[in-house]
Amino acid sequence: MSLFRRSSQIIAAGVAARRSAKDLRVGETGTICCLEDPEMALKLLEMGCVPGVKVRLSGRAPFGDPLMLVLGDQEYTLSVRASEAATILLKE
Amino acid sequence: MAAIVSNSATAVPLAPQTGPATGPRPLRIALIGNPNSGKTSLFNQLTGLNQKVGNFPGVTVDRKSGFAQLTPAQRAEIVDLPGTYSLYPKSLDEKVITDLLYDRAAPSYPDFVVVTVDASNLRRSLLLFTQLGDLGLPAVLALNMMDVAERHGVNIDLPALERELGVPIIPMNARNGIGIAALKIVMAQRLDAPPVRFWQPDEKLLPLVRQIRYYFDLHNDYLALHYAQQYRHISFLSADDKAHLQELTQQYGFDATAQQAAETIGRYDRINEILLETVTVVRTETREPVSNRIDKVLTHRVGGYLIFLAILFLLFQAIFAWAQYPMDWIDQGISALSAAIQANFSGPLVRLLTEGVLAGLGGVLIFIPQIALLFGFLAVLEETGYMARVTFLMDKLMRPFGLSGKSVVPLISGLACAVPAIMGARTIESWKDRMITIFVTPLMSCSARIPVYTVLVALVVPDQAAWGIFNLRGVALMSLYLLGLFSALGSAWVLKKVLKARERSYFIMEFPVYQWPRWKNVGLTIYQKVQAFVLQAGRVIVAISVLLWVLASYGPGQKQEAAEAQVRQEATAQNWDAPEISRRVASARLENSYAGSFGHALEPAIRPLGYDWKIGIALLTSFAAREVFVGTISTIYSVGQDADMGTLQQKLKAEKDANGQPFFTPARSFSLLVFYVFAMQCMSTLAVTYRETKSWKWPLGQLLYMTGLAYVAAFVVYQVLA
Repeated sequence: MSLFRRSSQIIAAGVAARRSAKDLRVGETGTICCLEDPEMALKLLEMGCVPGVKVRLSGRAPFGDPLMLVLGDQEYTLSVRASEAATILLKE
Repeated sequence: MAAIVSNSATAVPLAPQTGPATGPRPLRIALIGNPNSGKTSLFNQLTGLNQKVGNFPGVTVDRKSGFAQLTPAQRAEIVDLPGTYSLYPKSLDEKVITDLLYDRAAPSYPDFVVVTVDASNLRRSLLLFTQLGDLGLPAVLALNMMDVAERHGVNIDLPALERELGVPIIPMNARNGIGIAALKIVMAQRLDAPPVRFWQPDEKLLPLVRQIRYYFDLHNDYLALHYAQQYRHISFLSADDKAHLQELTQQYGFDATAQQAAETIGRYDRINEILLETVTVVRTETREPVSNRIDKVLTHRVGGYLIFLAILFLLFQAIFAWAQYPMDWIDQGISALSAAIQANFSGPLVRLLTEGVLAGLGGVLIFIPQIALLFGFLAVLEETGYMARVTFLMDKLMRPFGLSGKSVVPLISGLACAVPAIMGARTIESWKDRMITIFVTPLMSCSARIPVYTVLVALVVPDQAAWGIFNLRGVALMSLYLLGLFSALGSAWVLKKVLKARERSYFIMEFPVYQWPRWKNVGLTIYQKVQAFVLQAGRVIVAISVLLWVLASYGPGQKQEAAEAQVRQEATAQNWDAPEISRRVASARLENSYAGSFGHALEPAIRPLGYDWKIGIALLTSFAAREVFVGTISTIYSVGQDADMGTLQQKLKAEKDANGQPFFTPARSFSLLVFYVFAMQCMSTLAVTYRETKSWKWPLGQLLYMTGLAYVAAFVVYQVLA
């Protein structure tokens, strides 16, 4: 399972084109593909943000940050800052 | 107590016949689990009031432990570990867990662990469990929140899960105490290490892992892998050991981050396999869960803030209005006791007891209603799950100042009293955010400043309407509060630039599901906070009060007696009545006491701020607690104890300077007000800051910074206005 994207791939794939959990619209669901920031990834993995798991943006705090993410089928909610959500990349 | 504890099969019918006896001591059991998995409820159910809060060695984390009576003949010591998601600590708090579980030889090493698992959220909760299992720790799985799981349509095949995990599983609902009895029975047995392994390090890692394992004589590979991962942070390893491990990990090119990620993913794969066999989910309702619907209201962009403000208003109402009654009772009770003692006995020892010890004790006890209410309120907000939403609402607003959403609660509590507020900052995981919050919280205008504000504002601000609707005095009072708030935010911003973060901070957290508060937990929280305050801060306050009493009651040489004689001579000449004489005598004695001498000595330093030696004494006594200010100036301006504010006002207005002009000019009064907004004049706050930070650096920093700020600000105000 490829967790982190190699640096060469980042250039090849084009970072800007890749959507992250931060780019979801409220109510929209995506599937986690991989985690970008290795250190942050460890924390996110422990909290259940594992590649393949569905993630739904259920709301934003009044000034657009932090975000409320509902994970998987178990329906538990995480509160993450937008900068943290940006490291959760979604499948196309 | 240890004598009743049995290690033989005869005394405890349920004790199994396996495993060697470990000596005559109670079983030691560690409670471990995810945050919000009901661990605290379980701990409270098991131990009741029979718990104590201490500290883990070397860190600021509270070590909660207590005794549980498992069977009539068997007691066990239960240690409540901080909530964590894995055995790889991400915060200082969580480090306590690895320190405890890595070292089998440590005297506090647990006989086994009880792992609390949220049944409605098994996949994530089992991650920690499989790590503990692979460490070879005997474990019991407390499958908590079965009711929530049922509501979510989660069906668990318990016998199958027990087989897959290899440990006893107790389905329970710790909130209501369901399953506690069954859990106690299982806990009373001597458990073996679980036979199941969930995850193995990759073959390629084995040479490294085995070398570490044999070098340190460890009992399994997985523990050896943890040494490789975290040797830098393991407190019991020597510098040589750490150097050896560093060499080994470099030699084998060990990539800790990648390995950890691979392990977590590998574990989730295995957990998914297990759950596929044992858990079926029948979605009974397609509607959004209730919690999510409540969130829509409570975190609404407008409604969310309005509700938060309404809750704040209720909190202040409770702390300022409701707490007043019990505070009055305590005040009157102490005065009555003091008066009764003075009426029946006399002598310097009795005066020390009443004016020193009892007065100091009263100063401690009087805060109990506010502290109890504040912590009760905060515990309810925490228990219901609302607090997580407040941090969510406020995070973005606080971040420019180097604070996080989690700093909001301590700052608000600081408006009541900085002491419980600073204790409340414990919920902030990031070290830097927590230190900044603790440091700036005393700048929020606490309730002890209210008497000072009221007296001085009434003295110089006319009681008239401003802009039609506001009262000018109200505006002045509010400005003082805002001054405090903005100075706190500004100071936080400065600290953000100065401090270096020791660890990476995460905001990411789980939203607990909304639920009714458990009143038992709320009650225990109140009890523990009040106890901590009375015992720890209380000692300091009483000691300082006694010291101040001595300084204010005795003077160098015969100065006091000489001054008193002079007053009495004058009294005969002026034909004063008895109360007037005793007031004048008290005033003269105070001026010639050690405290009075300090006031005179202080005068050159505070003259630029517009103050004289009398205010100097008040400032000095205020360093024990600000509210002492009013009492002190009442004494100095020779106003009797029972005089109401009106007479104090008149006395202050009548006070003349050397040129016969009113002494309390607007310049002097505002300078004094600003001084009280900023100055660190609270021994209790310094004591609690020391306790919370485990270092004199922080309280000393607060003292110097805030008092310096107060001096400069008061100087500017006086020089500009005068």
